[in-house]
Amino acid sequence: MTATAAPPAGGQDRRTVRRALSDRLVARPELGALLGALLVFGFFSLTTGQFLSPLGAATWLDDSATLGIVAVAVALLMIGGEFDLSAGVMTASTALVTALLSVHLGWNVWAALLVSLLFAVAVGTLNGWLVMRTGLPSFIVTLGSFLALQGLNLGVTRAVTGSVQVSGMRGAHGYASAGYLFASTVDIGSTAFPVSILWWAAVAAAASVVLLHTRFGNWVFAVGGSAPSARQVGVPVGRTKTLLFVTTSVAAWLVGSINILRFTTVQADQGVGLEFQYIVAAVIGGCLMTGGFGSAAGAAVGALIFGMARQGIVFARWNSDWFMLFLGVMLLSAVLVNNGFRRRAERVRR
Amino acid sequence: MSAPLLEARSLGMSYGSVTALHDVSVEVRAGQVACVLGDNGAGKSTLIKILAGALRPTEGRLLLDGAPVRFGSPRDALDQGISTVFQDLALVPLMSVWRNFFLGSEPRRRLGPVRMLDRRTGREAARSALAGMGIDLRDVEQPVGTLSGGERQCVAIARAVHFGARVLILDEPTAALGVRQAAMVLRHVAQARDRGLGVVLITHNPHHAHPVGDRFLLLNRGRSLGCFNKQDITPDELTRQMAGGAELQALAHELRTTPAADGG
Repeated sequence: MTATAAPPAGGQDRRTVRRALSDRLVARPELGALLGALLVFGFFSLTTGQFLSPLGAATWLDDSATLGIVAVAVALLMIGGEFDLSAGVMTASTALVTALLSVHLGWNVWAALLVSLLFAVAVGTLNGWLVMRTGLPSFIVTLGSFLALQGLNLGVTRAVTGSVQVSGMRGAHGYASAGYLFASTVDIGSTAFPVSILWWAAVAAAASVVLLHTRFGNWVFAVGGSAPSARQVGVPVGRTKTLLFVTTSVAAWLVGSINILRFTTVQADQGVGLEFQYIVAAVIGGCLMTGGFGSAAGAAVGALIFGMARQGIVFARWNSDWFMLFLGVMLLSAVLVNNGFRRRAERVRR
Repeated sequence: MSAPLLEARSLGMSYGSVTALHDVSVEVRAGQVACVLGDNGAGKSTLIKILAGALRPTEGRLLLDGAPVRFGSPRDALDQGISTVFQDLALVPLMSVWRNFFLGSEPRRRLGPVRMLDRRTGREAARSALAGMGIDLRDVEQPVGTLSGGERQCVAIARAVHFGARVLILDEPTAALGVRQAAMVLRHVAQARDRGLGVVLITHNPHHAHPVGDRFLLLNRGRSLGCFNKQDITPDELTRQMAGGAELQALAHELRTTPAADGG
């Protein structure tokens, strides 16, 4: 790592410098996302008046936060070599479980939250178990659980309430204290910043530390980079991947809980389509579709780009159709950049 | 002379009516390299899997330090000091050299209630273990995928040595390598031998085997063609003895005569 600082020595130095530079880039998969975030930030700061105002910032930060919490977990899962298409609809499923238990069965909100958390853990475990047990691509397995949960959300909600939404959380026991933890606001100046932003930062920081500074993080890279190699040296591949599916479900539970306590109402068809936004944010943040490479912090920044662009386009009074165009271009350029990194890292020299 | 580190006595392996290995014996002593030579389908892979604990032989037995032993799994063999480097090397290309080096046996330090990865120790230990084997890597943070095939092979060997292997089994370590790369790998095989490890080197290249080998076991169609000491056999003789030998002569003869036959 001192290679660039070392004085040139013989014919080795040029090769050393070149390699050290590319390695530093390879080691920083979130670099591209950071540059993109700066560009988007600069662009909307200059072109719209509201973007930089405290209220504007609170709006795009909150949008980024509820996306970013799950995107960070999805990034870990993608580094571990798997996908979870059920993550989006899980935000609705967990909110529905919480709401049905507190509103229709009169449970304390905390107890309802605990049960929906257990539900999330169960779904995540089932996803992981099915993927490991069948050896099928997780894309297919979680597409199945995505559709199943979507049907369950609508079916159960309609059967219990006669409509496709559950509302009335405000009257439930424990709503105030639970709301304080998940859906309160923090006043900075005269602007109320949603507490979801803190959750987002905390989740991103925790995921980043786990990924880079723990044994489990090492295993995540290994099972995504080469599961057979990981297995050969004694890494519990199945357990690692299952835990990643559970993490994703629990992150979706956190967002579901934030939503239900903030809006006090949940639609049974909520959350559909979010699963791809999570994957897009993770890829913009430097994750490879093929696993083994990526960054948790990068996914958080990917979500930030998402939130800034989505709200910035609103502030600029453009048609929101342009957002999808922007997203597509962003995704494609991110994939191209990531693939360049991977080719460099996987290049076979003889 | 003391008992060999690892000895296989008249091993046999059959899958139903197919005999993959019949009456094959081999021994490896500390500080020696035993080479197993054979063409494709000679039974090299079956033998290596038995020695590595991945297969149970249907006949014969294994002795470790002269005492009969049964390996239930590759992990079991590994715990008793038998380390096998298969052709895929069990490396993750996108991960850095030191992370690969310690994968599955990560060094950790306590930080309050949690145990964190000790990255500094990992980096330094990997660097010094590699340097101790004479492998000079500029940066242990570089992804293994950026290393050459020979360097990768060396990292895998150094890892096995570092984690206390007494017997090192190498499956075709020089296959698909260029001349210089193959030489580098063989130098590190010799290095492991000089450190007192017993090495089993599986190869189909007699020119790679002869310089480092002490004993040579020749396999053909699952049977032993004989076991030779280095002084008793030349590389040319090794080539001839291998299945290819006789057949290559026949081929050369055939190629010489065919055009003449056509012309006439």
